[in-house]
Amino acid sequence: MKVLVAVKRVVDYNVKVRPKADGSDVDTANVKMSINPFCEIAVEEAVRLKEKGVVSEIVAVSMGPKQCQEQIRTALALGADRGILVETDAELQPLAVAKCLKALVDKEEPQMVIMGKQSIDGDNNQTGQMLGALTGMGQGTFASEVTVEGESVKVTREIDGGLQTVELKLPAIVTTDLRLNEPRYASLPNIMKAKKKPLDTTNPEELGVDITPRTKTLKVEPPAERQAGVKVADVAELVEKLKNEAKVI
Amino acid sequence: MSILVIAEHDNAELKGATLNTIAAAKAMGGDIDVLVAGAGCGAVGEAAAKIEGVNKVLVADNAAYEHQLAENVAKLVADLGKDYSHILAPATTTGKNMLPRVAALLDVQPISDIIAVESADTFKRPIYAGNVIATVQSSDAIKVITVRTTAFDAVPAEGGSAAVESVDIADDAGVSSFVGEELAVSDRPELTSARVVISGGRGMQNGDNFEMLYKLADKLGAAVGASRAAVDAGFVPNDMQVGQTGKIVAPDLYIAVGISGAIQHLAGMKDSKVIVAINKDEEAPIFSVADYGLVADLFEAVPELETKL
Ligand SMILES: Cc1cc2nc3c(=O)[nH]c(=O)nc-3n(C[C@H](O)[C@H](O)[C@H](O)COP(=O)(O)OP(=O)(O)OC[C@H]3O[C@@H](n4cnc5c(N)ncnc54)[C@H](O)[C@@H]3O)c2cc1C
Ligand SMILES: Cc1cc2nc3c(=O)[nH]c(=O)nc-3n(C[C@H](O)[C@H](O)[C@H](O)COP(=O)(O)OP(=O)(O)OC[C@H]3O[C@@H](n4cnc5c(N)ncnc54)[C@H](O)[C@@H]3O)c2cc1C
Repeated sequence: MKVLVAVKRVVDYNVKVRPKADGSDVDTANVKMSINPFCEIAVEEAVRLKEKGVVSEIVAVSMGPKQCQEQIRTALALGADRGILVETDAELQPLAVAKCLKALVDKEEPQMVIMGKQSIDGDNNQTGQMLGALTGMGQGTFASEVTVEGESVKVTREIDGGLQTVELKLPAIVTTDLRLNEPRYASLPNIMKAKKKPLDTTNPEELGVDITPRTKTLKVEPPAERQAGVKVADVAELVEKLKNEAKVI
Repeated sequence: MSILVIAEHDNAELKGATLNTIAAAKAMGGDIDVLVAGAGCGAVGEAAAKIEGVNKVLVADNAAYEHQLAENVAKLVADLGKDYSHILAPATTTGKNMLPRVAALLDVQPISDIIAVESADTFKRPIYAGNVIATVQSSDAIKVITVRTTAFDAVPAEGGSAAVESVDIADDAGVSSFVGEELAVSDRPELTSARVVISGGRGMQNGDNFEMLYKLADKLGAAVGASRAAVDAGFVPNDMQVGQTGKIVAPDLYIAVGISGAIQHLAGMKDSKVIVAINKDEEAPIFSVADYGLVADLFEAVPELETKL
């Protein structure tokens, strides 16, 4: 079966981003960009399913500026077969991303869409669920285990109280949590091979998707800073401070 | 203006997260209705009717909603929600799973994890692991919102006497079914609402050593959490993870033991009132947010702390 994997270009997780001084935007000039860690887990899961013989083709999709090609190439180096870039320089909100993905699902007819549960920039945790609504597919969100069984897929989900397992009819959507797998590193030969794999480009207009933003960011600001505290000499002093100064015990 | 709040519950009991969500709804203004969707959830409906400030409680009691399958509940909420100006749910895994699906059914861009209400259409929410706070204004006719519960003080659970209406819609999308669940059972308070939280990191070395933290926790009436490194290493289960991609906590006292203080971890606990860090590395970043830092070997400090309390 065919699998569609969504990969998002985000600021690398090691970078500590800051708002610009005028509060208009986040300062992302010259910072390292990477594939969203959850999307990397999504690619890895698709590749493992392919290695097991369950999946026959993996299509990696990204939406955003031309540079998203880098993240698609990363996915191709990890084992995806071909890529699609939905190119736009406009701001993309999750509803718009989900609509673009819906258009691609209609075209490609995958049996499964695997994506990250959340991206580490917007932290929205929305896109997979919204694609579920638009396609009518079932959604296995925050997945820590995925097992394809004939016409359905079993997904174990990380929920607040522990773990929950659901069964979804295929085609279905899976969004990845951290413990689904540990992504491999791309080998040099695979990085070279990835350069020759097909990568098509389209755009929201061609897909017939209206990406007009529905929300507006009025300002961005740093969070309230914590005052640096004190070092205590020993456990006795710690207990004394917690009792008499902080009065929390 | 009228607001529909989706109740968090397990069919038997109304969860506290509902009360924090209603607090956020109050800050927006307007009538507040509460939806209880579940199976055999009548008692939850009764409990919701007692919450202060609730106008009406809708109870959709049907087998299709028993396990909160998003495919089914989202349809119901989208159906009922059309008549409201706002639809709110707590940013728990249940709310995060279901509400974006509702939003897409209504062609709305949802707003996740709000921490403040500026006006009926403008909200603050953290992005980039809480390193940036964005003020976001929605132009959609219906605002679909998840609420970070630690950012809003719970409304009183008693004092109201709302009417309870049953809703006769059975939406079974027919694409998903419940197979089973493994829920952690613990006598300790729930992580996200505990007054004191003690978390262990990779420095704990193994799952058995967490016993030390459990003992300390029982003395303080605390919940026990963990860093991602401790969960990934298999010391403790996933539901204990605190951080950007785990649970968000803001207790009166947070004690970080053998945790370095990566930004993804800080994102989940830096709004705690008092933070204590115990780490043997005096350069560990956790000390930059700690009110009280103790540079020590945790295997000596934790047992000593327990005896001194
Ligand atoms: C300063 C600033 C202001 C912003 N203002 C707004 C605003 O007002 N409103 C708003 O909604 N957004 C705004 N954004 C963008 C927002 O932060 C998100 O990046 C964007 O909305 C996408 O959401 P998400 O990635 O958090 O979605 P999530 O739902 O967290 O993403 C989950 C998964 O969906 C897939 N996915 C998401 N996007 C893509 C993509 N482009 N290509 C491929 N796969 C993808 C990935 O698999 C990802 O793991 C702003 C960003 C910045 C920096
Ligand atoms: C996409 C993504 C999402 C993430 N989400 C989360 C999240 O939600 N939550 C989270 O916690 N992390 C998250 N992380 C991981 C995060 O980046 C860190 O790797 C993690 O928090 C480190 O855990 P730690 O502090 O326990 O381990 P380490 O960084 O290894 O720190 C261990 C600490 O223990 C101390 N120590 C060791 N032995 C002793 C001793 N005997 N006595 C005292 N101190 C001792 C050491 O000095 C050290 O400071 C995420 C990462 C990514 C990429």
